[in-house]
Amino acid sequence: MTRAVWMRGLLGVAPVVLALSLWQAAVWLGDLPRFILPGPAAVAQTLWHSRALIAEHALVTLTEVLAGLMLGAALGGVSAIGLAASALARRLVQPILVFTQAVPVFALAPILTLWFGYGMGSKIAMALIIIYFPVTASFLDALTRTHPGWLELARVMGASPLRVLWHIRVPAALPGFASGVKLAAVYAPIGAIIGEWVGASRGLGYLMLLANGRAKTDLMFAALIVLALLTLALHWAVGAGLRRMLQRYGA
Amino acid sequence: MNAPALALHGTAHIAGRLVFGPLSLNAPAGCWTCLLGPSGVGKSTILRLFAGLGDGIAFDGALSGAGQVALMAQDDLLLPWLSVLDNVTLGARLRGQAVDGGAALQVLERVGLADRAGDRPGDLSGGQRQRVALARTLTEDRPVVLLDEPFSALDARTRAQMQDLTVELLTGRTVLLVTHDPAEAARLGHVLFILTEDGLQEVPPPDGPIPRPVGDAAVLAAQARLLTHLGAVPVAGAGTRGAAPRAPRDIFPKKEPGAGLPRGRR
Ligand SMILES: Nc1ncnc2c1ncn2[C@@H]1O[C@H](COP(=O)(O)OP(=O)(O)O)[C@@H](O)[C@H]1O
Ligand SMILES: [Mg+2]
Repeated sequence: MTRAVWMRGLLGVAPVVLALSLWQAAVWLGDLPRFILPGPAAVAQTLWHSRALIAEHALVTLTEVLAGLMLGAALGGVSAIGLAASALARRLVQPILVFTQAVPVFALAPILTLWFGYGMGSKIAMALIIIYFPVTASFLDALTRTHPGWLELARVMGASPLRVLWHIRVPAALPGFASGVKLAAVYAPIGAIIGEWVGASRGLGYLMLLANGRAKTDLMFAALIVLALLTLALHWAVGAGLRRMLQRYGA
Repeated sequence: MNAPALALHGTAHIAGRLVFGPLSLNAPAGCWTCLLGPSGVGKSTILRLFAGLGDGIAFDGALSGAGQVALMAQDDLLLPWLSVLDNVTLGARLRGQAVDGGAALQVLERVGLADRAGDRPGDLSGGQRQRVALARTLTEDRPVVLLDEPFSALDARTRAQMQDLTVELLTGRTVLLVTHDPAEAARLGHVLFILTEDGLQEVPPPDGPIPRPVGDAAVLAAQARLLTHLGAVPVAGAGTRGAAPRAPRDIFPKKEPGAGLPRGRR
């Protein structure tokens, strides 16, 4: 291994060390009791001891997030194509979409729980709603920015608008769709967690609420860290997967 | 092949600025008409008008013959996600017609790229990409073919080969070729037009069928004539000769302050 590689590795670990040090310093300097802010060591210990419990709840959350992400991406993709195909649809639906964005998603959580129950359904719906707009907006934006030269080529060739959409606009806009889905991968866990806070008996959000209520702050932090790591891993995996898909696609 | 003649009479503005005109251009049916001129004088604009892409062009005048055309734009416009072969057959797919992969492969063979049929355009050089765009245009079975500097990215030998091939495959069609290369115009034009900042001018072509031999004396002489008309070579009496086409511009009232200024290199 060369020096440069060592240096890079060191620089990669450094932020983690810095964050942990600041955290530990806050605990020491503030002389904080364990139920207010446990130190990193205490959280690590809890993380290890409660790993089965945390994993069980994490699996529930992950399932909700993945289901919401897939449904949201599919629905957002179809909506964007539909909106791109029809100017009338754009006129009718775009203002509604913009209006719904002004509604805080949090406010919808109770009603979704009422409609879809305490199980995964309401959480998946929550994740779906929170990612639907970024996916649709990002894809639709790309669909309306097709290279004008390609559109002119298609026009001279005598293509119908629908064939232009299918053969040129959609493939050309896939990178835009991909960036929407990548963003969605970060938002989706937020939706699932909100849903779990409002009403659930399983999932990381539920576990965090439960731990908080019983003053098991270390467990709360352990669940929070797992949630953050899950989100990062998901973002990375979705990004890598999409990159690979687009590469094979030649775009 | 019942190819129509092309005709354009009029003036064109883009975004309130005069691009060309008033001018009158006739391209006879079934012939090669070459439109030669420096950059920015409106050659591509004329092709776009014939191709029905005049949305952004304020054209005041008459246009005829433009119907079913094939256009090879200055840009190759290859779709990066499609293979070379799929790019060549794009037209059929966009019209929902049966794709004749065999015929497309044959044209690719003729432009020397059959072995690259499965590659993506991104893996090709500029000259190869231009040949794929040429193959795509030649595969479009249209009575009128508009070519905008179709050989500009090719080396001299490949260019001559592609010119020969294009003449062969487009026999009987009405072809309007835009170029800034006098040698190309002298070699390929049944009819030659020069478009400069001063207006449009028809120049007699050399004798003989096209494609004319590259080193032919008559072709070289025509090439020299074209260069003179372009203003690249000063000759005796060029002053009076150059002044003549300028007259129409002054007869017509200027629509805006900058209209009479030399255009092109903006
Ligand atoms: N989309 C456009 N917007 C504004 N000006 C344009 C546009 N397209 C062309 N022009 C102008 O019209 C003139 C002629 O352009 P063009 O027909 O492309 O010239 P040529 O093909 O002879 O090089 C140029 O001065 C150019 O700047
Ligand atoms: Mg041009």
